[in-house]
Amino acid sequence: MRAMILKEFRELRRDRRTMAMIIVFPLLMLIIFGYAANFNVESIPTAILGPGAEQVAQQAPDLFDVTVVDSTGTSETAQTLLRDAEAQVAITTDTEPPTAFIDGSSLFAAGKAVGALGRLGDRITVDILFNPDLITSWVLVPALIGYILMFIGTVVTSIGLVRERENGTLEQLAVMPLSPVAVIVGKIAPYFILASIDMVIVTVLAMILFSIPFVGNVLLFGVGAAIFLFVVLGVGVLISTVSQTSGQAIQLAIFFLVPQILLSGMIFPIEAIPWGIRWLSYFMPLTYYTKISQGIMLRGAGLDSLWPAFVVLTVMAVFVFTGAVLRFRRDLTPHRVSEAPVQPEGAPA
Amino acid sequence: MSFGVENLTVRFGRVTALDAVSVVVRRGEVTALVGGDGAGKTTLLRTLAGLVEPTSGTVRRPGVGRLGYLPAGAGSWKNLTVAENVSFIGGAYGLSGADLADRADPILERAGLADARDRLAGQLSGGMKTKLGFSLAMLHSPDLLVLDEPTTGVDPVSRIELWRMISEAVADGAAVVMATTYMDEAERAAFVVLLGDGRVLLSGEPDELIGSMPGTIVETDAPVDSSLAWRVGPVFHEWFPWTVPDGLTWLRPDLEDVCIAAELRDRLIPVGDTQ
Repeated sequence: MRAMILKEFRELRRDRRTMAMIIVFPLLMLIIFGYAANFNVESIPTAILGPGAEQVAQQAPDLFDVTVVDSTGTSETAQTLLRDAEAQVAITTDTEPPTAFIDGSSLFAAGKAVGALGRLGDRITVDILFNPDLITSWVLVPALIGYILMFIGTVVTSIGLVRERENGTLEQLAVMPLSPVAVIVGKIAPYFILASIDMVIVTVLAMILFSIPFVGNVLLFGVGAAIFLFVVLGVGVLISTVSQTSGQAIQLAIFFLVPQILLSGMIFPIEAIPWGIRWLSYFMPLTYYTKISQGIMLRGAGLDSLWPAFVVLTVMAVFVFTGAVLRFRRDLTPHRVSEAPVQPEGAPA
Repeated sequence: MSFGVENLTVRFGRVTALDAVSVVVRRGEVTALVGGDGAGKTTLLRTLAGLVEPTSGTVRRPGVGRLGYLPAGAGSWKNLTVAENVSFIGGAYGLSGADLADRADPILERAGLADARDRLAGQLSGGMKTKLGFSLAMLHSPDLLVLDEPTTGVDPVSRIELWRMISEAVADGAAVVMATTYMDEAERAAFVVLLGDGRVLLSGEPDELIGSMPGTIVETDAPVDSSLAWRVGPVFHEWFPWTVPDGLTWLRPDLEDVCIAAELRDRLIPVGDTQ
C-alpha cells in the first residue's frame, strides 16, 4: 500500500494541472466565495423625477444612491430608466403620494428597496416592474441559459476536439485535402447548432415551467446568444489546443466555468462584490450575456441600452475566436509554415 | 517517379530528431524503415506526410489529396461505423455514390470488412481496426502510402492480410513507405533504411545489405564480449568488427543480424570518427 501511495504522489507531483486544481482552485474559490458571496446590496442606483425632485433627492436615505435628478421626468421616464438599467429605483413625484418604481429584475436591490420603502407606509406607493413578485427563477433562468451555452461551448466542444487528438485522427484530418477552415468550421458547426437548439428548448421550457415572461425582441436575443456562443466556442477551441487529453480539457473548462457562476451577476449582484474582485467580472463573457438575456427577456430592453454589452461580447468573440482558429490551424498545418522547400510530385529533386 | 526526403534535418528545440537523412521512395515498391525506439522512423514518416516542419532539407511528396497516411494506433473514427468512416473519407476526397462504392467495396472485401460495415470502428478487433485504417488510407488510390507500424500488435493472420493489401497497392503503382519493427517484414521490402539516433545507419536492398555487412557474425554458446552479443533462441550471435578468434562458427547473417551489427558499429565507431 505504501508503494501505491508513493506512486500516486509522484504522479500527482508531475501532473501540474491536477496540482493546480488541488492547491490553487480551493484558494481561488475561498477568496471569490468569501468576497463575492454577498447578497447584501448597500447602494441602489436611484432616479428622482418630477416636481421638487431636488428636494426629495436631498432627503433620500443613504441606501439610495441618487444618480439621476430630473424635475421634468414622468412615470414614463421612470419606467424607461429602469428598462434601460440606468437606475434600479425611480421615484416620481408627479403623483400623490409619490410612486417608487422598482426594477424587479435586480432581485436583491429590489428586495432591499422594498424593505426600505415599506417603512414609509402610505407616504409612498411602490410599483415593482418586470418581476412583480420578485421570483428568483425569473432572474436566474435567463443567466442559466447563458451558463448552459457556456457549458456546451467550452466543455463539450473542447472534448470533441481533443478526442481527435487523443485518437490520433487529427493528423489524418491534416493530411486530407480539407482546408483548415473547412476542418474548423466542420468541427464547430455541429456544436453551434446543438447549443442553439438547447438554448431554444431551455428558454421555451423555462417560459412554460416557471411562467417567465419574454417581453423583448426575440431576434435581438438570438443575435446576443449567437455572439456569446462564438466567444464560448472559441474558448472551447482554445482549451482543446492546450490539452492533450479530455481530462485536461475538463480541468481547464472548470477553471473557466466556476468563477463565472460567482462573478457574472448570475447569482450574486455584481454591485455587492468588492472592487478587489469585481474587476474580474468585467472580463467574463457571462456577465455581458446575463445583462443581455435578463434585459431582453424581463425588461424588454433594446439595443439602445444594451449596446455596450453587445460591443464587449463582439470584441471578445473576435479576439477569442480568431485566436482559437489560428491556434487550431497551427495544429493542422505545420507543413504550411515549412522553411524547407517542399516539392510537389514531378519537380526536380 | 519517386518521393522521399533529401538531406532532411528536423529539430525539436535542442533535440535533433533527424540529421541529414535522405530516403527515396519509389512507386511500385515498398520502402521499409527500421530502427530502435527513438530512431526517428515516425518523425521521418510524419515529415513526409507534411505533419512536421523540416528544419532543413528537401521533401518530395505528391500533390494535395494524393497521399494516404496511416498513423500508428489510429486510422479510423471509433464512434463511426465502418461504412460511415468510408463515407467520410470518400467525401473528403470527392468520392460519393457509385464511384465510392466501386472503389470501397473491393477494398472492404479484401480487408474482410464487407460484413462489418455497420459495426462501430471502436468495437472492431485490433487487426480489423488496422485493416480499416489501411483501407481508408488507400481509398482514394494515393500515389504515396505512408504507414507507421501498421502491423505492430496485429495477429499473424491479419498481418498476412495486411501485407496482401500492401502488395496490391504496390502492384497498382503506389509508392509505399512503412515503419516496422518486424525484420521478416523488412526483408519483404524492396528497399530498407535502418535509422539510429536520427541518422541513416544503413540503406539498400535487403540482399545488398546482408552482403555488405561490416565485420563478422558468429554463433556461439559463450560470447567473448557480451556487449556485442545477443541471444537468438538457445544460442548467441556475436558480432566481431575486425578479426574473429579461431574456433568460432561463422554465420550467414539475416537482416536482423545486419541491423543489430550496424547499430553496434555505430556505438563503437560513431559517425565522423576516422578510425
